[in-house]
Formats: sequence, structure tokens, C-alpha cells
Amino acid sequence: MADLGVRCAGVPLRNPFLLASGIWGESGESLAGAWRAGAGGVITKSIGSAPRPGYPNPTIETYETWGLLNAMGLPNPGIEEYPKEIEIALGAGAVVIGSVFAGDAEEFARLAELMAFTHVSALELNLSCPHAEGFGTEVGGTPRDVETIVRAVTRRVKVPVIAKITPNTNDAGALAMAAERGGAAAVSAINTLRAIAIDVRLRRPVLSHGVGGLSGRAIKPVGLACVWQIFQKVSIPIIGVGGIATGEDALEYVMAGARALEVGTQVTFEGIGVFGRLTKELSSLLDQLGIARLEDAVGLAHRASTLGPD
Amino acid sequence: MRSVVAVTETVVETPSTVTLRFPYPGAPDPGQFVMIWLPGDDEIPMSLSYTEGPIKGVTIKAMGATSRRVQSIRAGDLVGIRGPYGNRFDLSPRRILIVSGGSGAAVLAPAAERARARGATVAVALGAVRSSELMFKERFRSMGARVEVSTDDGSEGAKGFVTAVAERLLETEPFDVVWTCGPEVMMRKVIAAAAPKGVPVFCSMERHMKCALGMCDACALGPYHVCLDGPVFPAERLAQVPDFGTFHRDSSGRRVRF
Repeated sequence: MADLGVRCAGVPLRNPFLLASGIWGESGESLAGAWRAGAGGVITKSIGSAPRPGYPNPTIETYETWGLLNAMGLPNPGIEEYPKEIEIALGAGAVVIGSVFAGDAEEFARLAELMAFTHVSALELNLSCPHAEGFGTEVGGTPRDVETIVRAVTRRVKVPVIAKITPNTNDAGALAMAAERGGAAAVSAINTLRAIAIDVRLRRPVLSHGVGGLSGRAIKPVGLACVWQIFQKVSIPIIGVGGIATGEDALEYVMAGARALEVGTQVTFEGIGVFGRLTKELSSLLDQLGIARLEDAVGLAHRASTLGPD
Repeated sequence: MRSVVAVTETVVETPSTVTLRFPYPGAPDPGQFVMIWLPGDDEIPMSLSYTEGPIKGVTIKAMGATSRRVQSIRAGDLVGIRGPYGNRFDLSPRRILIVSGGSGAAVLAPAAERARARGATVAVALGAVRSSELMFKERFRSMGARVEVSTDDGSEGAKGFVTAVAERLLETEPFDVVWTCGPEVMMRKVIAAAAPKGVPVFCSMERHMKCALGMCDACALGPYHVCLDGPVFPAERLAQVPDFGTFHRDSSGRRVRF
């Protein structure tokens, strides 16, 4: 049996599959449920300074099993109320990573401090939500912003800091390098891709917010390319996200350079059983390929590409 | 899965509730719900109140801003529908007691209809705040169900809560199952009344919902999600949920006391 245990951003994980931020995670019981179902760790919903209702519905559009478009608008109970949900998840023994979003570096630092008090194992900074005015990509979409925010946070807290960066750029590598300079312990890539859906009968966008973010199997090749590029630019670990639906998808990400993985949309399509299935598939795939430890496969595909005939 | 349809008919059921009928393909089962979208407004979850034939329906009580605006929808207006979502009532029991509080009748009536068509006997404890708010009384009667009415103000039937009628029926008659929908405090009392008789109870639950797909967590109910694991829950599942009858979540995900 291949060893799926990894160490990422200083956090030991029993397997690489983390519940992605934004899937469940409003309630501690849901986070605990993902952990009990076999997730290697769980990332909370992105939490802000104050309660936020998010956008009105419709907030979601589905594309069979290959994609999901959403603009939830960062709904969350706020940092004051949320620690009791984390407590429930920690009580179940879960490895919990706290996701936060904010409008500027100072607010990020303040929030990060409050989140760190809850005894989460690490923080993930949401620098990449594509559809929230004044947050996400709008404040963390350039290398300079990323570096400023990550530095403000890492100066304030001791827990490892993960920067979740956007794919809506032509240079994800530069964003990752900025995160590394700022002191990030890891980067996660990618968040959703900016996208829109229109109902022709109603002659209007489907989502109340118009623009949303696309996730699911459709974006896997995009995520892989970002992880590939980032791996060549930074030495901190990468958490791969985007369309992971099978053990083979997972290994693709790992060979592209990811050390841990986030699973989101597939949890929605398949339910909680996805974590057990992915773990089993990845483990037997590694056995088949004669790879004893998942960590041995990190970035493996880069070697082949440098040893090419030309 | 998502379609845009023209409303074929609207029916005012009570001063606070209106039924929208619309063509919708597929074969939803009683207990299931759809997300109904008023373009330019919100999209809200609604249990189907009509599940048979090509023209389905939902019956909506004026509660929040969106459900209030539903009351002004006219035949011909376009609405978005996605679904059906969620689980359904098990229609196999032969002797069914229905306990309905207010607009709870919306989801219980189609279930009763299908059970009657399969030959089950159905008794209905139908409660509302006042006589004019009793929903689907004639519909239950015309399907051959026995209807016992109560109103909080005594303007029709027994004066008081419908749970008193339910308690009396459970005390005096044998039932194989209880189906209930209404305020959670009411449903808790129904469960308590049925427990000593060993009659299983199924509750149709309501929570704030955004995605209806098991992603957003707005409808989290203990370890369950109302959209996927419900909306119909057996009482023994709800017994493990401290939130039942005490808390729901608002649109930001905060736990709010009922």
C-alpha cells in the first residue's frame, strides 16, 4: 500500500485530499462530516470581519457533471460567531485550515489573528474569489497586492499561511513568487475561473450577480497548467485545486507539482463518499505505477520534460 | 435541469397563500421540492404541491420579500424552475395520519393524494391560525381523506393547536405512520405524541437554501443537509439534531433562534 501521508505548509496530513473552501464549511458538523468521511483535512468557508449574507439567488448554475458556475458572494457568519463551528470540527479530531477574506492587508492581518486564536492548523488567504466586489481577486490579483497582504499576515501570526491565488491572470507563477516573498508557507491554486451564463428566453444572466466562477472537471487542465508553472517558480509547497474527480486527476496534479489537493465541486456532485473513493483510487494507482510514497511523485513530470529529446 | 416556463394559472388558496401552476416535464414525487426563480428577484425552495400530470404546482405563503412578491405573479409570467430535488415520502403505509400546520399542507396534500390512489386510508389533522387560513381542506376531503380541523382562534373546528387533535387521534386510532409539516415546535410535539404508540413520524423540513445541491451548507441541519438528506426526515434522525425546533441559519450562516 502506497503511503499517502504528506506534509504541507508544516501540517502533517493523513492523505492529500482537503475539503476545499466554500463547500459546506458554514457549519462545524459539516466540516466534521467531511473529516469522518476520510478527508485529509478541511478548509473552512472564507470568513470575513462581519456576517455577510452573500448575493441573492440564483447563485449557481450546473453543467451536467463537468462544471459548476457560482457566485455565492462570500456568505459567512463572521469571525465573531464562527469559532464555535471550528470548535465542533476540532472536537471531531479534524485537521482544520481557516480561510479568511478581507478588503485590505490590515484587515487580513486582523482577521488572521482572530482566526489563529481558534487553533486551526493553518490559514488560507482568499486572494482569488472572482466575483466579490472589494475582495478576492480585486484586492489580491496582482503580485504586489499578494506580497503586501501575505507579509502583513505572516508578520502578525505564527501559524502557517497559505495564499490561494487566482487563475484569472497570465502569470500565476508571479503571484506565487510574491506569496513566497511575503512569507507564505504554501500556495493553493487555483480558485474558480471568471465565467458567466445567460438565459436566452429571459435575455439576462442566470446568476443574480452576473459574473461568477467556474469550477469542476472543465477547469482541470487550467489548474494543472498553473500548478506546473508555479512549481517552476517557487520552492514552497503547492496545494492543487481544480476539477479533481478521480485518483488519476489527483496524481496528475501531484506530478505537476502539487503536494496536497483540494476537492470541492466533486463533493457537491458525488457527496461525502468522494474522499474515500479518491483515497482508494490514488493509492491503487500508485501501487500500479510502483510509487511507494505520494511525496516521491511531487513534480515528477517536470523531470521528464527536461530530459526530452531536444 | 433548469427550465424557464410560463405560469399557466394562479389560485389564491388563503389570504396569505397562492398556488402557481406551470408545465414541467419529468415525474417528481410528493415530498420533493424545486427551486423557483422569479427573474430579477430571488430564487427560493418550494415543495411541490401538485406532482401529478404535466402541469405541476407550488403553493407559496407570503413570508419574506420574495414570497410576498410571488402573490402578484399572473398567468403568462415567466419563472425559472430547477429540480426536482430531495427525497420523498414513503407511500407504502396503509393507515396514514397527516398533521398539517398552516402552509405545511402544501407538501402533504400531494402525498396524501398518491397514498389514497394506492388505497391507503388517510386522516388529516388540519390546523391554522384561523378559519380562512385552513389550506386544502376541500382538496383533502375530495380525495376521500377524513379531515379534523382546528384553529388557534376557534373560528372553525376545535379551538387550539392542531397537536391536540393529533394527540387525540393517536390515542384512539391505530396508524402505521404520521406525516407532518409545519412549525418545528409543532412537529416536535407530534413526534412526542406518536412515540409512546410506536408510530413512526416523518417530518418535511424547511431551511434557508441557496444551491439545493449540497454545496453551500445554508441548509445544514446537524450532520444532514435538508436539500440532499431531506426534506423528509424520520423522527429518529431529527432526535440527534439539537438544532431541530430551536435554531435555523440565516443567509449568512449564523444560527438564529426560531
